[in-house]
Amino acid sequence: MMGVLRWLLWRDLTLAMRRKAEVLTALFFFVIVVSLFPLGVGPEMDTLSEIGPGVLWVAALLASMLSLNRLFADDYADGTLEQLLLSSQPLPMVVLSKVLAHWLVSGFPLVLISPVLGMQLGLDWESLVILVVTLLLGTPVLSLIGAVGAGLTLGVRGGGVLLSLLVLPLYIPVLIFGAGAVEAARSGLGADAHVSLLGAFLVLALLLAPWGGAAALRISLD
Amino acid sequence: MQLFSKAFWLQFSSPKAFYPFAGKLIPWFTALAAVFAVVGLYLSFFVAPTDYQQGESYRIMFIHVPAAWMSMFIYLVMCIYAGLGLVLNTRLSNMMAAALAPTGAMFTFLALWTGALWGKPTWGTYWVWDARLTSELILLFLYFGYIALQAAIDDPQRAARASGLLAIVGVINIPIIYFSVQWWNTLHQGASVTVTQAPTMAATMFAAMIVMTLAFWMYTIAVALVRVRQLILERERHAAWVLELAEAEK
Repeated sequence: MMGVLRWLLWRDLTLAMRRKAEVLTALFFFVIVVSLFPLGVGPEMDTLSEIGPGVLWVAALLASMLSLNRLFADDYADGTLEQLLLSSQPLPMVVLSKVLAHWLVSGFPLVLISPVLGMQLGLDWESLVILVVTLLLGTPVLSLIGAVGAGLTLGVRGGGVLLSLLVLPLYIPVLIFGAGAVEAARSGLGADAHVSLLGAFLVLALLLAPWGGAAALRISLD
Repeated sequence: MQLFSKAFWLQFSSPKAFYPFAGKLIPWFTALAAVFAVVGLYLSFFVAPTDYQQGESYRIMFIHVPAAWMSMFIYLVMCIYAGLGLVLNTRLSNMMAAALAPTGAMFTFLALWTGALWGKPTWGTYWVWDARLTSELILLFLYFGYIALQAAIDDPQRAARASGLLAIVGVINIPIIYFSVQWWNTLHQGASVTVTQAPTMAATMFAAMIVMTLAFWMYTIAVALVRVRQLILERERHAAWVLELAEAEK
């Protein structure tokens, strides 16, 4: 079982590497959205460092959502997904490996670049560390929750906009605690509680979302 | 006794048997809703005493609290129907879930709206980003997502199953709303009414609130039944009994 799943992960990553433009789109979207804020709000560092945690988190959330409809869409279009459903491999594990690939391609690069953007917004060293930690814990949750939405909207007309309507309300807790952690670190309150809750979200999402995603795929490919 | 046999009740899981049954129930629930509303409004405006802190403005509570309760309760009931529909594949439970969603969204909106009107005189602001207000707003978005997903998929079977799964995923929000005033120390006041303790308000206020809740509840059932009858006709439009019904109507 593990061999097949490793193969599936490898395949998704290879496919993503062959189409680098798509991978980089989410990353550039993140960078551009964050850069828009100093231009829109004004370059005062006090204001920027105050709104910085929220801006970074909202931008990361939107960037991760933007690439969500590609999670299953290509495999759905060329029939691979149907074959995967028919295969003897447990579907939740298939979903999990696809989500992992999606996160490695669209979530992890955001985490890597976020300290640079955080510095641009005037966050101090400690907040930057917390920012990276929370994004590292939070973005996989976004991909996992998104898998359920992506599965449900597969082949539905207006799928992209609909997907955001379905998924964004479910993203809100992650956003609150993610941005809250950085904000707490910035104001010196300590981010432990927020980070623990994000960790709990990740564990819970890892446990439940693959099953939800599998159920969604079965409904969509009935 | 016919009423106690399982077979008598199970026949109503078929849309054909449920359609006339629902038609008979609607006037009863409508009448109950009207009676409860009249009694409840009388109690809330003429019997319940003026609050010593908030004056008369607190009286919006008699709409606000029942609406908020119903918004969560309807979501739970919707999820139960959606779950039954997913597990047992019964068409009628899916239709009931779909029929409840608009009313649930309406009550959620009503709770937010009356809350805003109540917030202005007491907190001095229409809206705060408090945990309970935010989670109630998320509930409204969840209802919208449910309705939108249902509307976007043409095949009714798939639409029902997909939106049912979405409703069940979203149910995690209900305990968050309910306990938010306990978990987070926020501006919104704690619950005045709990199952385990005596209510911390005058008995007449409590009675008015309960009667208003019953009025909303009966209204919900009546409206859901009207809507489910329409859904039955729409989805079973090719069935022989619906065609006969249409012939008889002419």
